Amino acid sequence: MELDFGPAVRDFRDEVRDWLTDHLVGEFAEHRGVGGPTDGAAWEVRLAWDRELSAGGWLGVGWPKEYGGRGLGLLEEIVFEYEYARVNAPYRATVNALDLLGPMLLKMGGEAQKKRFLPPILAVEELWGQGFSEPGAGSDLASVRTRAERDGDEWVVSGQKVWTSFGIHADWLYVLTRTDPQSARHKGLSLLLVPTDQPGVEIRPIRNLAGQDEFAEIFLSDARTSADMVVGEVGQGWRTAMATLGIERGTTLLPQQLTFEREAEALIDLARERGALDDPMLRRRIVDAWISVRIMRTTNLRTIAELTAGRTPGAQATTAKLYASTRHQQLGQLATELAGPAGQIVGEDYALDRRQRSFLLALAETIYGGSSEIQRTIIGEQVLGLPKEPRP
Amino acid sequence: MDLTFSEEQDELRKVVRSFLAKHSDEATVRRLAVDPQGHDPVVWRRMAGELGLQGLAVPEEYGGSGFGYVDLGIVCEEAGRALLGGPYFATVALAAEALLRCADEQARHDFLPGIASGETVATLAFTEDSGRWDEQGIGLTAAQDAGGGWRLTGVKTYVPDGHLADLLLVAARTPSGISLLAVGTADTPGLTRTPLPTLDQTRKQARIEFTDTPARLLGSEGAAWPALERTLATAAVLLAAEQVGGAAAALDAAVAYAKIREQYGRPIGSFQGIKHKCADMLMEIESARSAAYGGLWALDAGDETETAIAAALAQAFCSEAFTKVAADNIQVHGGIGFTWEHPAHLYFKRAKSSEVLLGTPSYHRELLAARLGI
Repeated sequence: MELDFGPAVRDFRDEVRDWLTDHLVGEFAEHRGVGGPTDGAAWEVRLAWDRELSAGGWLGVGWPKEYGGRGLGLLEEIVFEYEYARVNAPYRATVNALDLLGPMLLKMGGEAQKKRFLPPILAVEELWGQGFSEPGAGSDLASVRTRAERDGDEWVVSGQKVWTSFGIHADWLYVLTRTDPQSARHKGLSLLLVPTDQPGVEIRPIRNLAGQDEFAEIFLSDARTSADMVVGEVGQGWRTAMATLGIERGTTLLPQQLTFEREAEALIDLARERGALDDPMLRRRIVDAWISVRIMRTTNLRTIAELTAGRTPGAQATTAKLYASTRHQQLGQLATELAGPAGQIVGEDYALDRRQRSFLLALAETIYGGSSEIQRTIIGEQVLGLPKEPRP
Repeated sequence: MDLTFSEEQDELRKVVRSFLAKHSDEATVRRLAVDPQGHDPVVWRRMAGELGLQGLAVPEEYGGSGFGYVDLGIVCEEAGRALLGGPYFATVALAAEALLRCADEQARHDFLPGIASGETVATLAFTEDSGRWDEQGIGLTAAQDAGGGWRLTGVKTYVPDGHLADLLLVAARTPSGISLLAVGTADTPGLTRTPLPTLDQTRKQARIEFTDTPARLLGSEGAAWPALERTLATAAVLLAAEQVGGAAAALDAAVAYAKIREQYGRPIGSFQGIKHKCADMLMEIESARSAAYGGLWALDAGDETETAIAAALAQAFCSEAFTKVAADNIQVHGGIGFTWEHPAHLYFKRAKSSEVLLGTPSYHRELLAARLGI
């Protein structure tokens, strides 16, 4: 896929291209395409790569200069992400802070919080983990039970969080807590920033089905954080948490898109190699896999075009995740079928090749960031205006 | 990169939608469905005279407005939404496009102004009894007579609006290959046209028998296949846009009903079984939109390789998406959706007839595979 985002950003594009050509070398180049939203492979190399990006000033392209960013616009961010994905650079280890916490602080945080936390994110000095889900609060996030109480100048936090991606690496957590013990559901919640380096925080890795210690469960037992570590207002944590969820900024679409396109090409090569293109049943599924990847591309481009034109994205922005996640799973399953018995053999210590990893990790895509069922409910109620389900 | 609609295009959509809401409402659709002609000449002339819809994408030098394919796609989408009956698709998406692509400048000057002004109803007579849309499907022959003119002999069938077209553009086999010939239907000897009763009554077809019928050769003899192939690719994209419009209307109907129909004391749209089905319908439609719009953008970019790929993709995907959504609409409606009285079946039948109109989804998948070198 070759995209031209117009003359206004051509110089910028060349600058990105040149930098990547000069710096994506050696060990970094050997790790092209490594890592993903749920893939913690080669963590240390990727962290080093993030520091390389940071030194070049390429983290926070759209963040204000005063916090260490480049202060550029959405179009430049998209161009950067596109060029980045085009050369298949490693998936950034700091993505949680860059894509989720950072934008949330920029939008809802106090000035002191922004000054304190944003520069170390861009300098790759502090890593972040998300403390939203709990054992009893998954899709129904509003039922969080982790409590936070004031004790003098501090909050004291107790409870259990789970499914924190790359949680074992986190220096800080952003935690959704219940600060009003009398409250129910969306009310009485607050979003707290909690340091992990203290006795009251225990982080244990959870092994995912691909055999990686990619996410974690977190036990908070009288963990402490200072009183000014509330993002947004006390009691308004739901608003804070939701402020940046569901806002598609277009920047995350292209990297994933290019990965899927590479996988579709690899699928066709594999089919050709194994003589599967002569089988009409397989042939149909292969063509359908290619069609779905191409449709994802056009859907993404529609959204990006609307965003960069300053328009509100259409309904396709709300259905894109549902479509992409389900079709990506089908693609992985077809590729694994085509790989035959050889595709069933793994390396030592359950070492997986790229196809095997993608095949398994794709299963998370219909779960994280709002499961497909939650997506359908949101689309039904918020886009189509269908009535809510009565709550007992 | 401009993969979004302009304000002018939003306005065009609004104007066309409100025109069709008036002139292609359900009562009109049903009236034309049972009318053997299936055509309302008064509305046809207003479409041309007031809105210039027939000549929208025809260049100005041939009497049109010279708009692009994204604009024409908007009209087709709205026509699909309103189940517009009559010869719009045949005249504009098939015949006018064939004229624009054939190597015959004189024919463009002779025929396109009439199409743009709404005087001429035209169609492409391509398929025969095999129903095939490829080169091998063309068996009807044209031969030169003693005076140097051309004569057609054979049968074309399943011709969209062939019963009422003033102008037939006929794909025929001539000594050195495939040629395109024009036949005016007024007072032409050796021409028998028989309307075919159709499962989808909103889209009419005819069988046309040619017996030594005089015809005018367009462009060079035997050289028409590449132009026809490009015509069919364009029509495939425009049909996809129409399918998107039809599917969107079916979803609107399903959602509206799910909001008001109550069972177990609450609207059925509050049940996940219905709500999630509607969400999946929207996902199908938005994906189909991407498929169709991708084709329109490729057409406007003048990228023929990309158009050929996008066209096959659009037909393979949008055909099935429309049928699925139209069937789901009947399911959401339950018993009432299964009645003749309710319009849900009109969309379902249109969906299936569109699926085979320019070749089945399987055929288009094969075209796509071939074009991708798979």
